[in-house]
Formats: sequence, structure tokens, C-alpha cells
Amino acid sequence: MLLKVENAKAYYKLEKVSVKAVDGVSFEIFEDEVVGVVGESGSGKTTLSNLVSMNILKPLTLVEGKILLKINGEFKEISSMSREEVKKKLWGKEVTIVPQSAMNALMPTIRMAKYVAHLAQSHDLAEEKLLAKAEKRFEEVGLDPLWLKRYPFELSGGMKQRAVIAIATILNPKLLIVDEPTSALDVVNQRVFLKVLMQLKRMGIVRSIIFITHDIATVRQIADRMIVMYAGKIVEISSMEEILRKPLHPYTRGLLNSVLTPEPEIRKRGISVIPGAPPNLISPPHGCRFHPRCPHVMDICKEKDPPLEEVEEGRRVACFLYSEERR
Amino acid sequence: MSRLVVENLTKIFSLGFFSRRHIEAVKNISFKIEGREIVSLVGESGSGKTTTAKMILRLFPPTSGKILFEGKDIWKDLKDQESIRDFRRKVHAVFQDPFASYNPFYPVERTLWQAVHLLEKKLSNKKEARELIKESLVRVGIDPKDILGKYPHQISGGQKQRIMIARCWILKPLLIVADEPTSMIDASCRGGIIQLLEELREVEGTSIIFITHDLGLAYYVSDNIFVMKDGEIVERGHPDKVVLEPTHEYSKLLVESIPKLYRKLEGL
Repeated sequence: MLLKVENAKAYYKLEKVSVKAVDGVSFEIFEDEVVGVVGESGSGKTTLSNLVSMNILKPLTLVEGKILLKINGEFKEISSMSREEVKKKLWGKEVTIVPQSAMNALMPTIRMAKYVAHLAQSHDLAEEKLLAKAEKRFEEVGLDPLWLKRYPFELSGGMKQRAVIAIATILNPKLLIVDEPTSALDVVNQRVFLKVLMQLKRMGIVRSIIFITHDIATVRQIADRMIVMYAGKIVEISSMEEILRKPLHPYTRGLLNSVLTPEPEIRKRGISVIPGAPPNLISPPHGCRFHPRCPHVMDICKEKDPPLEEVEEGRRVACFLYSEERR
Repeated sequence: MSRLVVENLTKIFSLGFFSRRHIEAVKNISFKIEGREIVSLVGESGSGKTTTAKMILRLFPPTSGKILFEGKDIWKDLKDQESIRDFRRKVHAVFQDPFASYNPFYPVERTLWQAVHLLEKKLSNKKEARELIKESLVRVGIDPKDILGKYPHQISGGQKQRIMIARCWILKPLLIVADEPTSMIDASCRGGIIQLLEELREVEGTSIIFITHDLGLAYYVSDNIFVMKDGEIVERGHPDKVVLEPTHEYSKLLVESIPKLYRKLEGL
């Protein structure tokens, strides 16, 4: 096991109200695996990624729970580290996050190599050594090292995204978190990017990858397991193949049924829609948060919050349809 | 008679003061659309699909070629204001960005009132018009109470797109040109928008042109798919043929690269 999150609650604490963006999630990431995190906009995916990388800045507050990461063979509670410690010891070496639209956040007036210099500075490393490493890493992601001397606007979208991933992984982080990395790319570049990710993993540069996206068809290509989030909670965790074969949670089913890919199965299946809209996370619905939109809603769903329970080996689902309690 | 006939349509944009650079955005394309038919123009950015749509909508003229709507050349035979108004009644657009389709200074139902004013048959009084607007909103799954009197920033993107389709229920156009109607809204709402357009086709016999880069969407809704690349139609036919047995190199690459739900891409 590489990472363990125990009952984490992270709220955006505003003046009068709290937005419960992540509300009591528990999961683990094993070594050598790719985990996809999927859900609608506003389901708490990005907040979860910030939590795992301990990028917690006000108004986001970790209210409850623990995050444990294996560092040098031992589990350390990273959720109790100070921000300074996190910056020095964690980021880049143990955990790296590539935030959503990182490729569009590159400063147009500084060359790509400058980012490597910044990295060297913040970790007290020799700049030349790191640059040499960066050149090698650029080659490994299929970019000419010459691009390091270029400005970001001279690179195409697909190249920028690969350059970002190359710089982010220079220090060989064990856990790589990528947030919607393919959403802004066309299908051909998406494929190249997925290939680069898998190559980094095969070469042992990164151990495990958390891939956050709303695009199930893309994450399906590389993920071993999938975590489905709804309104700040995990509703289902399962191996990728199992969840595609038989989605258990009604929300997962709805999500899969709204996917449109050019396949005969999809044309036969038709398209279905989850009625309604995701709830407001300031005052989420009582009981199961999905109950106002759920086609199988029962009385108990309106009163109690279903726990995330193991229903088959390696499969956990938070739904009373599969729980002992309803009987 | 086909509802829409496009013949040898070409659009060349000239750049620079002395027009020394030319860009051929659309090159000599031809196709037909029948009543009650849904077709999709699929292609990457810059393939000329939106340029084609804009010429069909009579927003700018083609360099050469003909567009016949209900047998009339829309650039030559529509001479007076009244026939252009009539064309606007019968051909309706739904654009990509629901945020750009509304004037932020007016309540959203203004777009629906404009549709009412376009109607050929003038309504006798305001009450009747209001009933028509309410009815059209119910048709697209919106409770009129939720949106009447609200301004564009107060409603969601999915709702805005639904109101654009409500306009179609008032005007009952013969042809809808939908340019990426679902690409800016959440996947779970996307299905709803598509179902609304399909319903319009079922009930009113409307023909629909989908302009999209999403082959999955095109495969699902269309009777015919045209794949565009660099201003040309490189592949055309029934969705099963285009998607399952593509013949052109470009459409092969396109189909192959799209991530599928039930199959894994090779060589990752």
C-alpha cells in the first residue's frame, strides 16, 4: 500500500457557511496501480486531489481524518505536517500533482528551462544536474530537449502537456496525481499522453497514478481501479473491469449510461439521463446524497447515510440496495 | 424534393489588405438532407464545419456553389425582407456557447418573445403569447416558474440550452443547425439535450444538422455522417459504415484514436 486516507473531511470554510466538498472519504492507493477518480463537476474530485497532495490552503480546511503516505518504507501521517515540511519533503519527491489546465498556466515570458531552475531552487539541488535530468526526461516523453530553451507559447497543446508532466516527474515522485489532463487535448494527443503516462509507470519513474477526470472512456484505457464520487462522497470503488461489467451504485449506472462513444453497444443501449442536478454542498440532502435523483430510492435512503461497505472482494459501494440494514 | 441541397459549396477567405493570402475553408462540398433526417458534420477544429453551417444559416455568402432550401437558392432567390424573415422562421440555429446566446441585460424569456414576434400567424393578444411560451418551456422540461423573469446569469448552462430548444418549439422550424450544442454542458445533462432534439424530429419532422467533433454523439444520433477534413468531405454514409468500417485514412485514424468504453486502445 502506498497511500491511505481515513475518513477525511475537507470543507471550504467561508464566513458564514462551510462547503462540504469532501465529506468523510476513506480509500487506499496500492503500489503500482492506476486509479481513476470520476464524477460530475462539483463532486469534490479536485478537492480530493488537493487533499492527497496536502495542498490545503484557506478557505479549504481539513476538518477531520488522516492521510498516511509510505515514505522510506514507513507510513507517515502527512496530514499533520506543516506546510513548510510538505513543500520540502513531500512535493516533487513523494507526491506530485499536475493541476487542471496546468499547461495553460505556464508563464508566457519565461522559458521552459526556468521551471526546472525553480524546482532546483525550491529543493536546494544543483541546477545543472537537474537540467541534464530534465533533458533526459523530455526525451523520454517524446520531446526534443531543445524545447527546454523555448517559451511555452511556442509549444502545441499536446507538447505543453507532455512538457509539464516531464518537469513534474524529474524527481521521480512515487505518487503522481493528474487532474483532467486530457480534457483540453484532441483525441490523437490524448492517446499520446496516455501512452507517456503508462511509460513513466513502466519505467518505474512513478509508482502509482491517480487520474482525475469526468471522461470515463479515457480513464478506462489505463486505470486498474475506479473511484466514483458524488457530492463529496465516494459512492463506489471497484476494479475497472468489474465496474464496467456490472456497475452497482445507481449513480455509477447513470454515469456510465450517459457516456457516448462510437461503439455498437452504445447505439444499442441508448442514452439515459440522470434527472435533476447535483446538490448544493453547503446543505446537502439528508441521508444518502443521491436520493433526490435516485430511481431506486427507499425510505431508509432519506434518513440514513449509507456507509461504504465491501459487497464483493475488492468492491465497495455506499448504497442500501446492497446493504444488510435494509432487510 | 430534398429539404436542403448543398451543391459544390466553396468558401475562400482572403487575408491581408490586398488579399494576397487565400484560405480555402470549404472546398467544393455537396450533400442533401431530407425531411425528418438527422445528419452530422464531424471533424476537428479548422476542418470547415462551422463555416459550412454559417453559410447554410445565411450568415455569410459562399464564394461559389449553391444552397437550396425547399428548392430555393437562399443566396439568390430570397430577395425581399419578407422572404428572408420566412427563411429565419424555418431555419433555426442552436449554438455552442449558451452563455453567448443571451443578452445579459434582459430576462431570458426575451429570446422566446423574439421567437413569438417572428411567427407568421400573429397572435391576437399577449396572454395567448405567454401561454405559448409557457407551453414551449414545459416541452423542454423546464417549469416556467423557475425561469420567467430571471436573467441569464441566474440559470445554468443546461437550462439556457434548453430554452434555445424551447424557441424551436414555438417556431417549429423545418431545419435546425446545431453547432456543438452539447460540448459546453456536463455529460449527465448532454443526453437530455439530445433527447429533446430527437423528440422535435419525431413530433414535427424537423431535419437537424449536428456540427460536432464528437464522433460518439454523431454515431448515436445521426442517420448520416459526413466526416470533414481540411474543408472537404472525406467520408460519408450511414453511421455504422463510417464508424465500423471507415475507408479514408483520416476517418480510420479518428475512429481508432477515440477512447472507447468497452475496448482498450492498443499500444498504451
